[in-house]
Amino acid sequence: MNAAAAQEFSGAPLGTPVYELTHLSKTYARNLVVALEDINLTLRKGSFTSVIGSSGCGKSTLLKIMAGLIPPTKGRVILQGLPVTGPRRDIGMMFQQATLFPWKTAVENIVLPIEIRDGKAAAKQAMGKAHELLDIVGLKGFENVYPNELSGGMAQRASICRMLITEPAVLLLDEPFSALDELSRDMMNMELQRICHEQDATAFLVTHSIQEAVILSDEIVVLKPRPGRIAEIVKVDLPRPRTLDMMTTPKFGAIVDYIRGLLDKGEEM
Amino acid sequence: MSDVHNHSPSLKDSDTAEDTVWEQKIHFIDSVPRWLAMTFVFVVFVGTWQSVTSLGLVSPIILPTPMETLKDMIFVGQNLLTGGYMLGALWITIKEVIYGFALAIAIGFSLGVLVGETAFGEKAVMPYLVAIDTMPKVAFAPLFVAWLGFGIESKVALAAFIATFPIVVGTAAGLHAADENARMLFKTMGASRMQTLIKMKLPTGLPQVFTGLKIGAVGVMAGAITGEFLGGGKGFGELIRVAASQLNTPRVFSLILYLSLVGLVVFASVVWTQRKLVFWHKEQVGRDDF
Repeated sequence: MNAAAAQEFSGAPLGTPVYELTHLSKTYARNLVVALEDINLTLRKGSFTSVIGSSGCGKSTLLKIMAGLIPPTKGRVILQGLPVTGPRRDIGMMFQQATLFPWKTAVENIVLPIEIRDGKAAAKQAMGKAHELLDIVGLKGFENVYPNELSGGMAQRASICRMLITEPAVLLLDEPFSALDELSRDMMNMELQRICHEQDATAFLVTHSIQEAVILSDEIVVLKPRPGRIAEIVKVDLPRPRTLDMMTTPKFGAIVDYIRGLLDKGEEM
Repeated sequence: MSDVHNHSPSLKDSDTAEDTVWEQKIHFIDSVPRWLAMTFVFVVFVGTWQSVTSLGLVSPIILPTPMETLKDMIFVGQNLLTGGYMLGALWITIKEVIYGFALAIAIGFSLGVLVGETAFGEKAVMPYLVAIDTMPKVAFAPLFVAWLGFGIESKVALAAFIATFPIVVGTAAGLHAADENARMLFKTMGASRMQTLIKMKLPTGLPQVFTGLKIGAVGVMAGAITGEFLGGGKGFGELIRVAASQLNTPRVFSLILYLSLVGLVVFASVVWTQRKLVFWHKEQVGRDDF
């Protein structure tokens, strides 16, 4: 199945397009490495998409271009009808590290994006919303705690709140829980699913873990490396809400095996 | 289930003290309070000093006895407390230190930001700073005296000159301390360069800035006293110089001890400010200083 056909096949039943990537390529000028080649991808409202591939397949580059952190060499990114030419308010981002600032309390960290964009007064007004978000992620009572008193999982919960405070249209997640232990990671993934559902968020996750991608996603973009191209977009038709015990079902196993097969093929190239 | 029953009694048996085969040992020094350990070192030091002098191993002109030194310290202390001429001299030195440190902080911090934040500063200014920093800065003292005279200005200049560089280095290093994630996060939030500097890079680098300030606080004392040695004036350094030229070693000793109190206060105030300002970095403060 070629990339275009796969896209058509997978995108049909979901909402309106939010993100549209057309003929996206990225060549790093310094060493002429082609990181991405002709990426075409549409993310629809409320969908959860993962991108998976071996290291060096360009998935971080893809995420950075989508976030407006670096420009593409060719092609374009349209988000909610407007081309992405820099960081935007309607993009929420989360990284592997929680990166909470130790001189700010949990709630002050969460309103930081508001403080940066709209100033201190607006940040103060957003405090109420920050409290609500902390409640949603199960951190009620930790509002005025400093980050060095939070565990790794708690810190990531707080950074979810910081991502959500600006009410972004899309969530770009760069291996958000890969620094956590496996038990916490599974729990956080379920939490993430719940939050995405409640906020009707469109999410795009970069991950190394096939299981994680399958349990969370509607679609999985499999990238093959050098140069990074879309090998296939795999649709995951497990029912929602997903639960952790789905990970033991034959269907889950079959999808995981299929993706692993695609990735192995990619490695040979 | 039967497994659990089989195991639990044996677990209970081994839970008693007699079965401990590898006992945790506590080192003696860990059970001694700090004040006691410090007193011990002090007693050994003074004891050695007393024996060296009372055995006549060293001439009393070179090394006075602890008792003589103590007597002189009491004399100097009285002079200071009653507002004698020594208090005036001490006050001059304190002013040199405070002005010198303030100047060093202002210049050092500004240069540090220039070098640490801008590509121009790093490319064009940093090499000169490194070159000047490798020079023996005390050698500039005669120049400062020629330019600024025998008053406190030349001492302030030397003190500031010596203390500036560690503050530049600390500030510049601090501005580079923020990791890639924090930078990327600020970029995604659409932060301006100024916002990134003030709200992220500077607070992140404060521990390094304070490391520079602490080295600078030591340097500023050295600079002020060296300036007084080489450029005259009416400060505490001049008193030391005069006492030394008169071979009044007990006086030299006690003046140095009082001077070190000033240095300690300057250093402690930097540490105190750091604890208030960089409250999230507590453990590091403790390890660095004491």
